[in-house]
Amino acid sequence: MNGLSMKAQWPQLDHLGEVVFVELPEPGGSVTKGNGFGAVESVKATSDVNSPISGEIVEVNDKLTGKPGLINSSPYEDGWMIKIKPSDPSELESLLGAKEYTKFCEEEDAAH
Amino acid sequence: MRGGLWQLGQSITRRLAKGDKKAVARRCFATESELKKTVLYDFHVAHGGKMVPFAGWSMPIQYKDSIMDSTLNCRQNGSLFDVSHMCGLSLKGKDAVAFLEKLVIADVAALAPGTGSLTVFTNEKGGAIDDSVITKVTDDHIYLVVNAGCRDKDLAHIEEHMKAFKAKGGDVSWHIHDERSLIALQGPLAAPVLQHLTKDDLSKFYFGEFRVLDINGSECFLTRTGYTGEDGFEISVPSEHGVELAKALLEKSEGKIRLTGLGARDSLRLEAGLCLYGNDLEQHITPIEAGLTWAIGKRRRAEGGFLGADVILKQLADGPSIRRVGFISSGPPPRSHSEIQDEGGNNIGEVTSGGFSPCLKKNIAMGYVKSGLHKAGTKVKIIIRGKANEGVVTKMPFVPTKYYKPS
Repeated sequence: MNGLSMKAQWPQLDHLGEVVFVELPEPGGSVTKGNGFGAVESVKATSDVNSPISGEIVEVNDKLTGKPGLINSSPYEDGWMIKIKPSDPSELESLLGAKEYTKFCEEEDAAH
Repeated sequence: MRGGLWQLGQSITRRLAKGDKKAVARRCFATESELKKTVLYDFHVAHGGKMVPFAGWSMPIQYKDSIMDSTLNCRQNGSLFDVSHMCGLSLKGKDAVAFLEKLVIADVAALAPGTGSLTVFTNEKGGAIDDSVITKVTDDHIYLVVNAGCRDKDLAHIEEHMKAFKAKGGDVSWHIHDERSLIALQGPLAAPVLQHLTKDDLSKFYFGEFRVLDINGSECFLTRTGYTGEDGFEISVPSEHGVELAKALLEKSEGKIRLTGLGARDSLRLEAGLCLYGNDLEQHITPIEAGLTWAIGKRRRAEGGFLGADVILKQLADGPSIRRVGFISSGPPPRSHSEIQDEGGNNIGEVTSGGFSPCLKKNIAMGYVKSGLHKAGTKVKIIIRGKANEGVVTKMPFVPTKYYKPS
């Protein structure tokens, strides 16, 4: 599970500002594509985080409890949230790659 | 009026759209073109201000630095806020004091000229219409500042009562200072920096005092007050000189004082234990419930004579049924309307504002609980997104205040 496709589901990260708290599920639980599994809180707003694919949560990043700001400083590496074992590999094909994601964010920013 | 103000995200949580649809931040506000702009609008944008709608104005929520860093910098060095969206007005006339006393809980008559105080405008039920800093300039001139979000409501209220008062022969008139802009300068460097721009000796100018004086070449109204808990000032400057004053203040501080937005302003006032009207103070909350009994003048407690006095004086005698208190909690930051429960899971109140404190690095919140459960140290549970989180009633201010008072 790479950070790129995680971020594809919540492109408002930059707009959230500095993260102060991350709500994460327990390992062993399951996630469904498009449904929320946790939340990210900034100083001024809370955002649900939706899962890009369905599957089993095999690992949760405990580092985020003490250092929620990792989501801002290192979203693709140390700021990972959960690791999912996919239950339906075909879902992976609909995820955005890095280039398409960047274009998507630019279009979003221009629209506002 | 709950939700009438956009509460800087405290009571609105942005929920992203689910699934494969384009995620769209929900926009509940007026478009940019309908929003009012202060004289510092271009200045904010040029300095990296992120402009957001607030109470019908386009205001900076933050600049290039984070809200957290901005908050810390205010307490370490200082902050410059554009608060021109707030409404300044003057009441004049030989009966101005008697008139205002019908509408507020303060002992306005007892204020020495050149001093002021926080007060509350009450309604017939003793609830708060708005909070305001009022100042007696002279015995026939009162200067007051009210919240931007309450401007229309407050002015209509004052006007209605003024008409009735004048019809009975009372001498009072008003002037709304739309020709002026309000700048707040807060933090340990506020006084030394401001001293560079005025000849008046600020070392003898104390918290709550007011003067009309020359600052940077223009006639300003200066009040030693603020909304951060730090020493500082609110400067009412003729609007045509607003930008040059802001520039001069920033330059004299050699970059240590930073332009600071509404996001940090909210964190600062929460750390200082100060109410935000629309969250911690509302039409149905009395000053007694809000812990502002100290603001009711002694003579007023005996005589009444303000709207809702019967309700308020009764609460003074019997005690209110709910009280505003502070909390420190673990888990996610409490937000407005989060339920408060006792350790047994019974509902005992509600959070009215909360967030992460950049200075304490903990969650802090304010809310109302049943009287009896308001003592510091009382353990509570705060329900956030269906989960109970541990909290404890804590005395406010959360961060010690630094008001400049005579020793």
